[in-house]
Amino acid sequence: MALLKKSSIWIAFLIALLGLPLVFDSILAISILNQMVIAIVFALSYNMLLGQGGMLSFGHAVYFGLGGFLSVHALILIEFETMVFSILWIPLIGGLFGLLAGIFIGSFSTRKAGTVFAMISLGIGELIAASSLIFSSFFGGEAGISGDRTFGPMFFGFDFAQNIEIYYVAALWAFIATLFMYLFTQTPAGKMANAVRDNPERAEFIGYSSRKVRFISFCASGLFAGIAGGLFALNYEFITEENLNAATSGRVLLMAYIGGLGYFIGPIIGAVVLTLMNSLLSNYSELWMLYLGIMFLLTVMYLPRGFAGFIMMHQIAWIRGNMKLLIKPYIVTAIPALLFTLCAIALIEMSHIEDEVFHYLGLELNPASPITWIVILAVAGGAFFTVKRSLVQLNDAWETANAIPKEEEA
Amino acid sequence: MLEVFIFATLNGLVTGFLLFMLASGLTLIFSMMGVLNFAHASFYMLGAYFAYSLSLYFGFWGGLIFAPLIVGVLGALVERYGLRKVHASGHVAELVFTFGLAFLIEEAIQFFWGRDTKNYQTPDLLDFPLFTLFGQEFSAYRGFMMTISIAIFIALYYVLTKSRIGIIIQAAITHPQTVSNLGHNVPLIFMGVFGMGTALAGLAGVIAGPVLTTFPGMAAVLGSIVFVIVVIGGLGSLPGAFIASLLIGLLQSYAIASDVGMPDLLGLLGISFDRSHPLNDLWTMNLPQIAPVLPYLLLVLVLIFRPTGLLGKREE
Repeated sequence: MALLKKSSIWIAFLIALLGLPLVFDSILAISILNQMVIAIVFALSYNMLLGQGGMLSFGHAVYFGLGGFLSVHALILIEFETMVFSILWIPLIGGLFGLLAGIFIGSFSTRKAGTVFAMISLGIGELIAASSLIFSSFFGGEAGISGDRTFGPMFFGFDFAQNIEIYYVAALWAFIATLFMYLFTQTPAGKMANAVRDNPERAEFIGYSSRKVRFISFCASGLFAGIAGGLFALNYEFITEENLNAATSGRVLLMAYIGGLGYFIGPIIGAVVLTLMNSLLSNYSELWMLYLGIMFLLTVMYLPRGFAGFIMMHQIAWIRGNMKLLIKPYIVTAIPALLFTLCAIALIEMSHIEDEVFHYLGLELNPASPITWIVILAVAGGAFFTVKRSLVQLNDAWETANAIPKEEEA
Repeated sequence: MLEVFIFATLNGLVTGFLLFMLASGLTLIFSMMGVLNFAHASFYMLGAYFAYSLSLYFGFWGGLIFAPLIVGVLGALVERYGLRKVHASGHVAELVFTFGLAFLIEEAIQFFWGRDTKNYQTPDLLDFPLFTLFGQEFSAYRGFMMTISIAIFIALYYVLTKSRIGIIIQAAITHPQTVSNLGHNVPLIFMGVFGMGTALAGLAGVIAGPVLTTFPGMAAVLGSIVFVIVVIGGLGSLPGAFIASLLIGLLQSYAIASDVGMPDLLGLLGISFDRSHPLNDLWTMNLPQIAPVLPYLLLVLVLIFRPTGLLGKREE
């Protein structure tokens, strides 16, 4: 019974993964879903380093990219029948190569955490990204390399030409990878990783080598990043230098951080939110990266534990049954906050647009007229002050909801 | 051969001194706050863009004076209203904050100035060859860059070691509590140092903009190199940063100017490989080609064998 209760959330996760393409079945939706499951695996593998092991890496894309490159090479080998196996196993090849790279690089970089580790990871990331342009027979130079996933033995009649077929492959791999990453956090190695993150000195005193503990997390993280790279290779059938350079490393840091580092589910939230923003927002505005940057900075400043941390903040109020106290102040704050955000976006877009008319939320705004600007600025200012005032009430409500009941105090 | 060597040395020195202007601020900020400012090169880029816009109205010299001031004020504001807030969440959060700031500044620059390269030119006054050696010209602007950088280096050295403010700053680095007890406003000093560091980065941007082209990727080009320098020099060590700046500047300059490579080395050893050899890329590699990789290689080697850097004392 206990096992059933524990596994129910995993069964729900699996059903959600497999059921999503039935609900969102357009071509665009499938391609977004593909990106999403790849991003989930990648972000979770990053969280093994930073969230659970306390190692801030600026070069995590190396393992993703190397895994991806080897996977594309494997696809090419299958195409020319040098090797014969189903492409289902490609992510495993990516993972194994990610693991190998992790073992090699981790052997010297995990000696210290903190700034030294961050700098080594940055150096290695730049080193490999730059050398990938030099060794063009393996990395294909700027153009990258490409393969074709439709060769190799069929799997129950599927040749994996369709994106939806790849989605199911990716979803299954993502499920397995997520499950194993979760199980890893429950192993002694995973628990020790947390201990070493929080206090390496004490961990050393009870007889654990903090270097060895970091090394194990590092290798496991490389393995799963490689699997994500393999999934990427299967999905896009090509890979370039861009997939192992600093920009990709930065993106995975953003995902994990915005989602929430301290929680297992955090990076999943981050991966989903950022993939959605990436593919949906970029259709509406070419400035979406600017919004992403602003959102990221605000998250670091005001929600240091990410979205997941924000949700988990309400645990105490929830247990005490005080959530109803918070609903009203939340709504009162959220409405003007949303209004302010919308106004700010309108102002940013209007200052950038070159057309005569700016279509926004069903309105037709005239960017050339000063009246439009004054009205929006006034609304934004009003909304800002309303938020500022209602924040006080929200804070009071928060205190009441989280207060220790009288009888407990006594 | 001699002319190649002399010009490579001169160019290496120009780059080295320029890098030091960035590295000095970065390493000062690190020793005060214990945080590596990822956005440091972004302030350098902001300096170039502000100077470009100002130069349209006030000429190059107006930009030279005002752009670093604006960048310094911006930097101080970032410290006051951003970093100080994040400080409570720990070092990782601070590092991630500056990383996000770098990202945001790059996007903001594309928002205000666009994605294209700006036509930021050297001033007419300095548009002549300073001297001609072996038929090759050395432009006056490069000489000017070097003069400014050396002047900054001397001024910085003087202010930090001889002046009263410098002594307070040095004391605040090692003993912030005591300095605070003596009645100095330590947070204000931190803000000032951050502002000064970013202003120096801005100044580097102003003088580098016309030579290294002003475009939205210019921070990324220099950003990680500056990190390499402060780490190789030893985190928090100003003399170390100076040596490492010149080292990296000269190393890259010599590597680009040279024309030796693996074929020469293999030729010396009497080995030759067929073009169809699977490692053909490795056997045909030459030094100019791997010049961009050298600093990172050096970084990784230094971190493995001497994690404290050349002159660093701090052991974490």
